[in-house]
Amino acid sequence: MSVVTPKMIGTRVKRREDPRLITGKATYVDDIKLTGMLHLAFKRSDIAHGIIKSIDVTAAKAMPGVELVITGAELKEFLPPMPIGTPFPSPDHYSVAVDRVRYQGEPVAVVVASDRYLARDAADAILIEYEMLPASIDVEVSMQGKKGIIHEAFPNNLAVPYVPGGTGVDPVAGIVDNTAVDNAFAEADFVLSQRMMNHRLAPTAMEGRGVVAHYEPGKDHLTIWSSTQNPHILKTFIAALTGTPDNQVRAIAPEVGGGFGCKINIYGEDYVAAALSKKLGKPLKWIEDRSEAFQATIHGRDILAYVDICGKNDGKVTGLKIKLIADIGAYNMILTAAIPTLTMLMLNGTYNIPAIRAELTEVFTNKMPTDAYRGAGRPEGTYFVERAMDMVARHLKMDPAEVKRKNFIQPDQFPFTTQMGAIYDSGDYEKALNLALKNANWEGMKAERDRARADGRIVGIGLAFYVEVCGLGPSSSLPTGGWEYSSVTIERSGKITATTGASPHGQGNETTFSQMLADQFGVPMGDVTILHGDTGVVKQGIGTFGSRSQAVGGTVLMKAGEKVKDKMAKFAAAMMNSNEEMDTSEMIFEGGRIFAKGSPGTSVGFGDVAAFAYVPVPLPAGLDPGLSDQAFWEPSNNTYPFGCHIAMLEIDRDTGEPTLLKMVAVDDCGTVINPLIVEGQVHGGLAQGIGQAMIEEVVYDEDGQLLTGSFMDYAIPRATDFPWFELDKTVTPTPVNPLGAKGVGEAGTLGSTPCIVNAAVDALSGFGVTHIDMMLRPEKLWRIMNEGGK
Amino acid sequence: MANQVSIKLKVNGSEQAAEVAPRTLLVHFLREQLGLTGTHIGCDTTQCGACTVMVDGKSAKSCTLFAVQADGSDVTTIEGIGAGGELHPMQEGFWEEHGLQCGYCTPGMIISGIHLLNENKNPSDQEIREGISGNFCRCTGYQHIVSAIKYAAKKG
Repeated sequence: MSVVTPKMIGTRVKRREDPRLITGKATYVDDIKLTGMLHLAFKRSDIAHGIIKSIDVTAAKAMPGVELVITGAELKEFLPPMPIGTPFPSPDHYSVAVDRVRYQGEPVAVVVASDRYLARDAADAILIEYEMLPASIDVEVSMQGKKGIIHEAFPNNLAVPYVPGGTGVDPVAGIVDNTAVDNAFAEADFVLSQRMMNHRLAPTAMEGRGVVAHYEPGKDHLTIWSSTQNPHILKTFIAALTGTPDNQVRAIAPEVGGGFGCKINIYGEDYVAAALSKKLGKPLKWIEDRSEAFQATIHGRDILAYVDICGKNDGKVTGLKIKLIADIGAYNMILTAAIPTLTMLMLNGTYNIPAIRAELTEVFTNKMPTDAYRGAGRPEGTYFVERAMDMVARHLKMDPAEVKRKNFIQPDQFPFTTQMGAIYDSGDYEKALNLALKNANWEGMKAERDRARADGRIVGIGLAFYVEVCGLGPSSSLPTGGWEYSSVTIERSGKITATTGASPHGQGNETTFSQMLADQFGVPMGDVTILHGDTGVVKQGIGTFGSRSQAVGGTVLMKAGEKVKDKMAKFAAAMMNSNEEMDTSEMIFEGGRIFAKGSPGTSVGFGDVAAFAYVPVPLPAGLDPGLSDQAFWEPSNNTYPFGCHIAMLEIDRDTGEPTLLKMVAVDDCGTVINPLIVEGQVHGGLAQGIGQAMIEEVVYDEDGQLLTGSFMDYAIPRATDFPWFELDKTVTPTPVNPLGAKGVGEAGTLGSTPCIVNAAVDALSGFGVTHIDMMLRPEKLWRIMNEGGK
Repeated sequence: MANQVSIKLKVNGSEQAAEVAPRTLLVHFLREQLGLTGTHIGCDTTQCGACTVMVDGKSAKSCTLFAVQADGSDVTTIEGIGAGGELHPMQEGFWEEHGLQCGYCTPGMIISGIHLLNENKNPSDQEIREGISGNFCRCTGYQHIVSAIKYAAKKG
């Protein structure tokens, strides 16, 4: 292994992506225009549940400029049901509904027209007659089948009827032994029980979904541009469903305007665009409207929990029982069924709880399906555990920090196999807790709260800790494959071109990966180009989700670089001294030169070696020309970043409106490549976590009508909703990859949400409150203060 | 097809004469007819501000104006910000302070930031937050955007 002298790694480098983005020169999918391109519009169901009796497309077809109007039943003839990426049983789910609609916004027919406005006009002119069916909306009603059955093959709407986990459970042998859990609860000093809702959210990337599909009949080749987090998975799925060999499909993620998980899924609109481009032999474009995004882009969260926690009066928690009921909406999408299993996996939180019993049930309802939304299952688990731990502290009148200390998994216990079966890689929880308490001035916050209360103000403080499962791989933990791919090429000029399968959408991988290669090869960052997001350029890949692009994608980049560097060292040795055997493994790559080990005066220029490698005369023995290589790599385990979030919240006594006064975060994501980018990731995560706690909620009425169908009704946070976030970090590298990086993209959403609710409960404790379900709607808080919560 | 209407306006300093359908939104006119794709569309209810441009020196959401309403106006899009290849201090601030991640809201955010400083040369943090409250960003949590605008204010 050649020597790397870190220079750029760990530095606050401003991003290389930005010049094109701040000048309006970036190319998002809607910026792509192809000659002869036609536009798609989708006619969507305006009811939640019903049988399609008739579809009248006469008026739509008659409109000038309309090329094609096609229904789900017609599409079914050449477009099979959509595949999913989890091993759970799943009902057929067609891109466009065939004979029955199961959520409001489900596509029913498709228009192809010469112009975007015309396509929409024609879609509006399609007349559909439905036989209305009852909408099954309330998850606990739906799971009893009382409002009808959504899919015939799934009695009582149970998508996943029962998955047990925790102490005494052996899933392979089918054993569920309750002895330990029952004993824990029997011997406990206290048992606390609470029903908790982690409600439904809309991911709302600022750029909606969009697709351009271009089938070229002469080449039998399909190119698809899509606003996706994972073009390689898109390519694989599109190829399979459209019956195109996968070596004839090229998927491109151009500039992608945010994802947050909702652009992992391959959607019906992607398949339809590809299939119809193939059918018509013309390029097609579909761009999602925001109102379509609320209706028909995956939602997140929506898990109900019945929590029982027990322990001793000294603050030691001895048992936890959690029954999880996930409202997954009307169908399975690519990862839908797997997300709540991550909630279950992480129910230990950061605690060594001797006996845990978890049960998971997943239920179909007449809503948009759920799938991965930033955190994807882990924020839900964190929320339940951290609310429960806070209830313990409140019950025992202990400082919540002290309850955490008493129950933390200790630094010398790592790697720690949790009662839920996760193997936590590394951690020093108390260190992060202490830093957060110090930075927040926790004792001072208590005094400030008490002073405010003495003045008649309603103020509370909250604290929450989190651990999450990140750096998704190995393949045993990810049905799509848990590896990542990279290639590194030293060009003839000495510039470096690298490709990565970790296709970013705001994470700044072009910058962080350039920093890493600059250090690895001792060249300026500006000499490195990172290519991504195009399966025609990046040979293979998985994608960016689950906070994996640095931990997995960054590591494989270094592995590919290492291969090239080893070969380059041999070329350098040949140029320095062709007669002597030289130890190339310890050569120094620095300042654009390659130095021999032990004789720093002997060096050759990086660019000269590159040029020589492509015209090697004479060819050094044992070497082939060229400097390019690739690597696949998967980690042996996930990574487990963690952190502590602290908040102070005030509730207006007259209006019930909550205001966040203070937000302190200490996050530990292992090794940091670029602190500036990590801060940005934490800020964004905090904003979404706080958004869930305070203002965001997807609401359907009892008929399945989406009440939060636009930004008028679904509140994503504005700049005025936040105080100045006070960040800090501890660094506990992971042993799982050589970088020590754990991942940070989702972290902010984990601790902040329970932290805010804990603060709200603290604020309202004077009103006898021990729990409040999110989000903290002013009306709800006002009623608690004025009507005792009734 | 609806009747076409003739409009004349100045966009980024150059005179434009065009035929548009009366219902064409200004943002679609800029993006589709003039090819100025730096202005983005993030919603359909005038909430998100991704489409913000300058119209006669004031920030405006170009999804909420018909192109015909901009007849006779002087419009500046992100492509018109930063003269002669030099970045505008606001663009520089966004770069220096990591005021963007996915970049989708950024052009509109930059225009709103410029408008804010035109009205208030030295805004407080709270005034900055209020000044950009018509622009949504889902990536940054806004903190680095506040820093970016402060950077631009300082640079003048």
